Amino acid sequence: MSTQPNHRDPQFPERHYLNETYGIRSWLLTTDHKRIALLYLASVTFFFFVGGFFAMMIRLHLLTPSGYLLSADNYNRMFTMHGVTMVFFFLIPSIPAILGNFLIPLMVGAKDLAFPKINLLSWYIYIVGGAFTLYSMINGGLDTGWTFYTPFSTVYSNSAVAPAVVGVFITGFSSILTGLNFLVTVHTMRAPGMTWFRLPLFVWTHYATSIVMILGTPVIAITLALAAMERLFGLGFFNPAMGGDPILFQHLFWFYSHPAVYIMILPSMGVISELIPTFARKKLFGYHFVAAASLAIAVIGFLVWAHHMFLTGQSTYAALAFSFLTFLVAVPSAIKVFNWVATLFGGSISFDTPMLYAFGFLGLFLIGGLTGLFLGCLGVDIHIHDTYFVVAHFHYIMVGGAVMGYLGGLHFWWPKITGRMYPEWLARIAALILFVGFNLTFFPQFVLGYLGMPRRYHVYPPEFQVYNVMSTAGASILAVGYLLPMIYLTWAAFFGKVAGDNPWPATGLEWKTASPPPTENFPVTPEVTWEPYDFHDRPDLGLDVTHMPEVAPAHGDD
Amino acid sequence: MQSPLPFFPEQASNFAENVDILFLFILVTCVFFVVLVAALVTFASFRYKRKRTGEVGDTVHSNMVLEVGWTLIPLILAIGMFAWGAAVYVNFRTAPKDTLDIYVVGKQWMWKLQQPNGRKEINELHVPVNRNIKLILGSEDVIHNFYVPAFRVKMDVVPGRYNTLWFRPTKIGKYHFFCSQYCGTNHAVMGGWVTVQDPADYAAWLSDEGGDVTPVAAGEKLFTQLACVTCHLANGTGRGPSLNGVYGAKVLFADGSSAIADEAYIRESILQPKAKIVAGFQPVMPTFQGLVTEEQILNLTAYIKSLQPQPVPTKGAGVAPAPTGKK
Amino acid sequence: MHRTGELYGQFKTLEQQKDTASLGMWIFLVTEVMFFGGIMLAYTLNRHVYFTAFAMGSNTLSLALGGFNTIVLLASSFTMAMAVWSSQTGKKPLISIFLILTIALGFVFFGVKYVEYSQKFRHHLVPGKSFNIFYCVNNPAGCPDMDAAELATEREELDKAQAQDPDLNAHAQLYYSAYFGMTGLHALHMVIGAGLLFWLLKESKAGRYTPQWNTPVDLVGLYWHFVDIVWIYLFPLLYLIDRHK
Repeated sequence: MSTQPNHRDPQFPERHYLNETYGIRSWLLTTDHKRIALLYLASVTFFFFVGGFFAMMIRLHLLTPSGYLLSADNYNRMFTMHGVTMVFFFLIPSIPAILGNFLIPLMVGAKDLAFPKINLLSWYIYIVGGAFTLYSMINGGLDTGWTFYTPFSTVYSNSAVAPAVVGVFITGFSSILTGLNFLVTVHTMRAPGMTWFRLPLFVWTHYATSIVMILGTPVIAITLALAAMERLFGLGFFNPAMGGDPILFQHLFWFYSHPAVYIMILPSMGVISELIPTFARKKLFGYHFVAAASLAIAVIGFLVWAHHMFLTGQSTYAALAFSFLTFLVAVPSAIKVFNWVATLFGGSISFDTPMLYAFGFLGLFLIGGLTGLFLGCLGVDIHIHDTYFVVAHFHYIMVGGAVMGYLGGLHFWWPKITGRMYPEWLARIAALILFVGFNLTFFPQFVLGYLGMPRRYHVYPPEFQVYNVMSTAGASILAVGYLLPMIYLTWAAFFGKVAGDNPWPATGLEWKTASPPPTENFPVTPEVTWEPYDFHDRPDLGLDVTHMPEVAPAHGDD
Repeated sequence: MQSPLPFFPEQASNFAENVDILFLFILVTCVFFVVLVAALVTFASFRYKRKRTGEVGDTVHSNMVLEVGWTLIPLILAIGMFAWGAAVYVNFRTAPKDTLDIYVVGKQWMWKLQQPNGRKEINELHVPVNRNIKLILGSEDVIHNFYVPAFRVKMDVVPGRYNTLWFRPTKIGKYHFFCSQYCGTNHAVMGGWVTVQDPADYAAWLSDEGGDVTPVAAGEKLFTQLACVTCHLANGTGRGPSLNGVYGAKVLFADGSSAIADEAYIRESILQPKAKIVAGFQPVMPTFQGLVTEEQILNLTAYIKSLQPQPVPTKGAGVAPAPTGKK
Repeated sequence: MHRTGELYGQFKTLEQQKDTASLGMWIFLVTEVMFFGGIMLAYTLNRHVYFTAFAMGSNTLSLALGGFNTIVLLASSFTMAMAVWSSQTGKKPLISIFLILTIALGFVFFGVKYVEYSQKFRHHLVPGKSFNIFYCVNNPAGCPDMDAAELATEREELDKAQAQDPDLNAHAQLYYSAYFGMTGLHALHMVIGAGLLFWLLKESKAGRYTPQWNTPVDLVGLYWHFVDIVWIYLFPLLYLIDRHK
């Protein structure tokens, strides 16, 4: 077996970042971006399970209309803590802190990120913030909704609001420092020949994401700080009884929390932009447009926040402006979807697990994004705001989109990270189970929403039961779909088949070094002379470029 | 409630049909694109499936016509959806003038509603069919939301301000309403039933159990009890402006600005009288903050609204003079 | 711990290392702008809505002390810039001198802030249960630092303000929340800055900074200037607007 040193597979490097140094101190005090990525992997997975537990409680409880499992207060705690954990401790860090940290230096040809010690600090900040939030969950829980609307959260709630708010506040700095690190790395640490337009889309989307992290996160930091002051010391910016304005809280909160959803989806889009060209063995269609669209999403995403507030009584003119901008922000996402689909035509497609996840993403992100149109449309939003329609919409994007991208990326880069392959057939089955379970869980919720079931309800009118039961059934299938990869990826890390440098093969710079890479990433600084996703100009990939599928009409060839 | 169409609630208001048609338009567009993309992906998966191990794809990777096309078409569709939705929304946010006004106060975890004649309801709303109804929504504590799925209407109820919601019920029946903004423990049970009745039945119901004082009568009583009447003489000779005709009219202020006197203005004048001083008057009105409850303010508002048709004195009125045609 | 002046592992040239560090600091300062921006927005909005109470609040702040602090900070930015210049031109002894001056001016700022804060505390102007904007006029004995004439003026102003805004105390508390929030946040950043300056001083005394390598001085200088600029915004916002003395 390849785990024993005497029988080491020659393709498996002798010295790499995992075995270079040993001992817990070498991990907890590491500044190697690859090890830090694994530290994040462990902690983010932990929080995913915590959030998943709360989700399970929600869906089990909603099997009956009259609430058999939990008291009203406890149910309210479940959905709140599910939201807080999943948003701040899973979705926002997941791809950037794990895959971004691991891959960006490799993808740009650098030895590490610009600020390795700050990278480690980011992780510790995440842990401290997580500790505060866990403390809140154990000591009284949190029942304000992840949106913390005032004055309920600051004055009326009888739960542990302050520690949770402080925890999220602290974790925000982890996000800020990660974004800062990425931005600087991409600017100053690219290898010779790695021009901006030779960068993989994964890097472009993380660049766009980092812009959002830098500009948005400080605003929620100050908002939560003010809310904590109100909760702890009775200050009144958001409390109408003291002359404050609850709507001001909402504006400040959503100014970050809307761009935050782009922090969650852009990295996943970046993964898809890597997967589709790799498994269609073809250049990404419209590279420049996809890169520009990523930046456009980041920028326009800052201008739409009050579409969460159409029914607060805000001025009609404001609502019109925000609705218009919301429709505008949909367009760059559409551009990306079409470019991904176009990449498939004329390609040489294989259906490995990462590609299955990419297809899953295409379908589910498409549905999720399109359902955003209903919500951004003022006339329809009057009816579906704050109903299960919204819940279904954001789960389609977050779970159907972001998590599909996350899992697809984990599978795709698992051989690079661990040097070993996961079991392909089991993985494909798991992907299918996920896809089916996901749709069964969340599609009925669109119906529930339009029928009028509001969200955050611990009991509901009996006529809504059938859809709730369908949803819970789907959730149990979804749970299996999540557990399987946890198990076999862990198994594969130790016992999987040795992968070699570039098993797929793929064209990124990260694949031109060993799997797992050495601590310094590249023995010799690479010099980049090739275009991204160019399968034709890469004899080192060992592919047969002489026989191609029939070439499409001549226009469009460079 | 059996829905006529599967997946749709009943259509019981003037907005319902419009919202549903708009929804269907967007739905059809979305289904089209989902089917299109699914078909393209499926087709490509079969047509371009890898046939040999080392095979690669072709080199086509850009096409300006396509890029412009799939940018502009979604953009145009998006703007169309925006415009249609905006029209529905503007209509929804602009209540007509002839509404039957009902005052609604939300608090953890119940709704208190008051009809124009004073009849109060808890978690129930009776309205006549085919009348324009306006709900004036106030909160005693946290943010709530009043939502009637069958009417396709919803509005947040925010403490510290008034929001209004209007609709015209078009079908007799009973329809669920819900609180639709998370407000604490019993958020999910903070709902009730809207009963839409034939006008005759509504009138009968209204006068039934008429023990309750109308908001207007209660407001008139308060107006005297709180000594408002000592300054706001109807004939305009008091220290404060006459309130005849003031509701809905343009009021001129001492600093040259003006505003339309709506419910929010009346409420502000009671609680923060120094905020806007009517032209020609001294800032001497004391505040009633802490001396009146939300319900009492609503009753006073109802009374002041009832003074709208009263004759406006030529001097000492609160309103801008009616245009005389002379410039 | 790397010795200053040496190339860190992930960089190829000192130039790259310097550019990287510089860009990092600038981006960090952008995040600080967004951070302070949020509370300044909340303050400005509330100022607009409750101008009477906020004007009253502004007038209870000492223009002399605030103005003095502004000059102190501007001077400290000058000495900081001189420290950076000294490091760029190789005048090693001067680096330490200018750093010491900057630190000293920083401490003068803290001292004045302490005086202001403790006065607010004594006058019951700290938000919380005991906040009372009328405290001094109603309890002259509790505010010995205000003479009879000042108290009379204040009483007159308070009466006028209360007539316009019956909720004066609650809204004034909002003002003081903002005052302590903004100046407290600023002071916290200055404390961190002072800590960084002490570290610079230690390294400077050891002769670490040369014209070839003075990046830490440069970057801390950027940070210090930023903290100064925040005060330049805070001073007019809190002390100067609607001032009628």
